[in-house]
Amino acid sequence: MGYLILKRIAAAVPVMLVVATIVFILLRLSPGDPAMVLAGDMASPQEVAQIRARLGLDRPLPVQYATWLGDMARGDFGVSILSKRPVLELILARLEPTFVLAFCAIVLTVLLAVPLGATAAWYHNSWIDRAVMAASVLGFSIPAFVIGYLLILGLSMSLDIFPSQGYVSPFADPLGAARHLALPSLTLSVVFMALIARVTRSSVLDVLGEDFVRTARAKGNVERRVLWRHALPNAAIPIITVIGVGIALLISGVVVTESVFNIPGVGLLTIDAILARDYPIVQGLILFFALVFVAVNLLIDIVYVLVDPRIRY
Amino acid sequence: MTAITPPAPPSRLLAAAHAVHRNRAVAIGAVLLLAVVLLSLFAASVASADPGQIRPRLRLRAPDWAYPFGTDALGRDIFARVLHGGQVSLLVGLLSAAAATLVGTLVGLVAGSSRLLDAIVMRAVDGLMAIPSLLLAIAIVALVGPNLFSIVAAIAISEVPRVVRLVRGVVLTVREEPYVRAAEGLGIPTPLVLLRHILPSCIAPLVVQTTHMFAASILIEAALGFLGVGFPPELPTWGNVLAEGRAVFQRAPWTIVFPGLFLGLSVLAVNILGDGLRDRLDPRLARTAKAA
Repeated sequence: MGYLILKRIAAAVPVMLVVATIVFILLRLSPGDPAMVLAGDMASPQEVAQIRARLGLDRPLPVQYATWLGDMARGDFGVSILSKRPVLELILARLEPTFVLAFCAIVLTVLLAVPLGATAAWYHNSWIDRAVMAASVLGFSIPAFVIGYLLILGLSMSLDIFPSQGYVSPFADPLGAARHLALPSLTLSVVFMALIARVTRSSVLDVLGEDFVRTARAKGNVERRVLWRHALPNAAIPIITVIGVGIALLISGVVVTESVFNIPGVGLLTIDAILARDYPIVQGLILFFALVFVAVNLLIDIVYVLVDPRIRY
Repeated sequence: MTAITPPAPPSRLLAAAHAVHRNRAVAIGAVLLLAVVLLSLFAASVASADPGQIRPRLRLRAPDWAYPFGTDALGRDIFARVLHGGQVSLLVGLLSAAAATLVGTLVGLVAGSSRLLDAIVMRAVDGLMAIPSLLLAIAIVALVGPNLFSIVAAIAISEVPRVVRLVRGVVLTVREEPYVRAAEGLGIPTPLVLLRHILPSCIAPLVVQTTHMFAASILIEAALGFLGVGFPPELPTWGNVLAEGRAVFQRAPWTIVFPGLFLGLSVLAVNILGDGLRDRLDPRLARTAKAA
């Protein structure tokens, strides 16, 4: 088992290496001198020269790549053009709102979409099934920011309960945080819910045809118990896998949602950095988001190994 | 006993109509999409107002018969801007999906046919998939500068990995089929086997995937515009029109609600069409989850 876990971790390393390589190529793709790009429009010739020396742009490309990779691996993402502070520090300072928002969205999704999807599968081809599937297509089609503004229009401008802007830390003011986070979490989770409800439905549908479900029924279990205790847990693996893959969707959503609700998290940092052409931050953020994605999926893989005795790689 | 006359072979058109009738989703999606495409193509005649004309006296007019979607902060007709915006947004969606399908199919075919290339390509695909697609698109457009080519390329690049995986998966399953073995045994060169004998098996899932990518591309373009990193603000696109509404939304909700719903309806049409096609073309895929 320990060997399996080590194997999964080892498999995640090349993915990060590829991501880093893609980012490296991206920076070289931009028209002009990467040192100029990383130094910003306002940089003095000395600053550009300094960055050029640091990047070693006069040295051969493989050497540049190795040096850059070494910096990234040590968490040295460089300094921001505008604030001159280390990129890693800036990212870490903005982490809490994003993490709290994403956490709420995932909890909301699991609490709502999984039961909805399971119910749709149970009443396959009924009106409930059709309604859930229709809602799911709708959730895939309306962009998060439009949903955000519709929620603000419906629930924030008329009622005074849910503020439409800003962030309050749940560690400082739990009630205020709940009010501030309600609309953004809902906005962020809509696409995710659409995805998870669909996957839950198809996964439960597959399991409902299995022998052990029939056995559970034959044993005289109440129907409800057959669904929630026998079918759903066995349908869980595809659902959890898609939650992991869906983290990418969630990260894209975070950028848009934080922009709508003006939440000072990593998503807003991304937009600010892009608009200010603060490329060291952008570079750091892409690596950071990819690392989160890989780490979450690695964690899910490890949980499988620990929980499900059927999984042997 | 009366002779049983075989039913007359239906014409192709009739067969198509029959297929559409049997699958309401395809019909609904296709009709809705056609409506959106026609409205955009004939934007100039449907909405008589010039989408760029600034009329300070008409700023932020609520929707009425003359201005069905109201006017924006500069007094421009939002209805006209949305319809004209459809030309750019639909084009970007179509080109991105087509480019991703073309490139992804080629790469997937090649990867599926060679062990070594497969290992390399799949590592690259894993890496690309680890970067959230919107983020990758934003970064590419920001670095290269926003224009039709860079935006289409950025969206396509973020979608290519999914196509590669799909095609490669089909190649790996079909490769073991007797008819492919037979073709190889006859000494037909690999590229020809790939194109003549393996590619046809990819078509059905590819049609479905391309339709869904068309929808996703429209959404990414809208997000780019909304975040202010897409096309230059003068150009009406769905994303840009929505971005213009942000500042005045509290006073004039129609600046976002109507363009947003129009955009949502268009994407919905494409997604319904995609789901319908999936049920129609590939019953095996019908219950599989759609990877967004």
